[in-house]
Amino acid sequence: MAARIDLPAGGFSFDLAKRNAALEAQGATAPKATKTGTTIVGLVFKDGIVLGADTRATEGPIVADKNCEKIHYIAPNIYCCGAGTAADTEFTTHMISSKMDLHRLTTGRDSRVVTAMTLLKQYLFRYQGHISAALVLGGFDVTGPHLYTIYPHGSTDKLPYVTMGSGSLAAMSVFEAGWSRDMERQAAIDLVKDAIEAGIFNDLGSGSNVDVCVIEKNHVDYLRNYARPNERAQKEQQYRFAPGTTAVLKASVRNLVDVVEGDAMDITS
Amino acid sequence: MSIMEYNGAAVVAMVGKNCVAIGADKRLGQQSLTVSTDFPKIFTMTDKTMIGLAGLATDVLTLRDQFRLKTKLYQLEENRVIEPQTFANMVSSTLYSKRFGPYFIEPVVAGLDKHDKPFICSMDTIGCINFAKDFVVAGTAGGNLYGMCESLWEPDLEPEDLFETVSQALLNAVDRNCLSGWGAVVHIITPDKVVTRSLKARMD
Repeated sequence: MAARIDLPAGGFSFDLAKRNAALEAQGATAPKATKTGTTIVGLVFKDGIVLGADTRATEGPIVADKNCEKIHYIAPNIYCCGAGTAADTEFTTHMISSKMDLHRLTTGRDSRVVTAMTLLKQYLFRYQGHISAALVLGGFDVTGPHLYTIYPHGSTDKLPYVTMGSGSLAAMSVFEAGWSRDMERQAAIDLVKDAIEAGIFNDLGSGSNVDVCVIEKNHVDYLRNYARPNERAQKEQQYRFAPGTTAVLKASVRNLVDVVEGDAMDITS
Repeated sequence: MSIMEYNGAAVVAMVGKNCVAIGADKRLGQQSLTVSTDFPKIFTMTDKTMIGLAGLATDVLTLRDQFRLKTKLYQLEENRVIEPQTFANMVSSTLYSKRFGPYFIEPVVAGLDKHDKPFICSMDTIGCINFAKDFVVAGTAGGNLYGMCESLWEPDLEPEDLFETVSQALLNAVDRNCLSGWGAVVHIITPDKVVTRSLKARMD
């Protein structure tokens, strides 16, 4: 007999939307989701693309994660930085990554950046900006290096150097001053690092470390925490509590292993 | 009034040396009225995986049942116990499927994986996972817990030391939060046993 259980088939469920609207009508306010409140950047250099991101995630004024990853994997030759609602950037890029995987398997060809860009913009446009993912997409395919920005409503730009997120103004000021055509690899990485650090230090929504991803022909370097300009100082003392400090009313133990006394050693000759 | 503050909750999880701790307060309220002082918020999913649910109490019960169902179905279909990491991803996608009409829950997952490596994480109401190497917090006392944990936590605490650290962080955080407290419970998960302790707390 088939199980009488129906698990959701996939896609968004709006089951609770009415209940939540009713609660809000009674004066309750909905909670805030985790934002990335970010600085993300990308630029084209002589041999490819450099992507950069900070590593702070915020919930309102609270720093929720001090070292999160904002450069997401799309395909072996394509990566994507995400800003906006953290869950949206995470799930959107993950879903497109799966679609690119299947696409590679059916076509037997390496992924192209335009394909990822088109899938992302069509998906985001369908949701009319309600999925708040602002993305910087970069990759190197058979037609060369490509760099795109994708806005939550589904519009896209193709530019040689781009910034996004709340720290985009700080980062763009560095790019406008320092970017030039056909930069060397190290110069490009340094410029990206400086742009992200401008965001980290001048934008409150960005902080902690610099992640960098260099995408060249047939080669990717994901440099996690390339720069750590905000290392926490070593604690000089510790707050250890003596065992028994906390008053316990009731304790119970659930053993996960059976401790069985072994048989006595056989000492007969 | 925020929906997240209707019932009140404080949940915290910490990593120790080959062990993890997860703790929560016991209060169930209707805004300032305390309804119960024995409302469980932490649930056992597998031998070495637990989940703490902070937020709207009705969703705590709904999701507890749903996660229990899903972990049991996983066990029957796969013939193995779900890993905490896998479980966390299941929780995350369950919450994100309700992106446009969410459950008002911030979950905290704590457990040991098949190699007895500690794993903790927390999520927001729409399933964005925060993988932390030290501690995670949730609930109306979340801000207070961040402050307590940030100063009390240190790496490689043994189970007994971890218990004291997580308990003191939790008790002192809820004492500065009206909506949570009224008793607390702390679980310590180690490779060979799970120790559950009810803490003596202020009842005001």
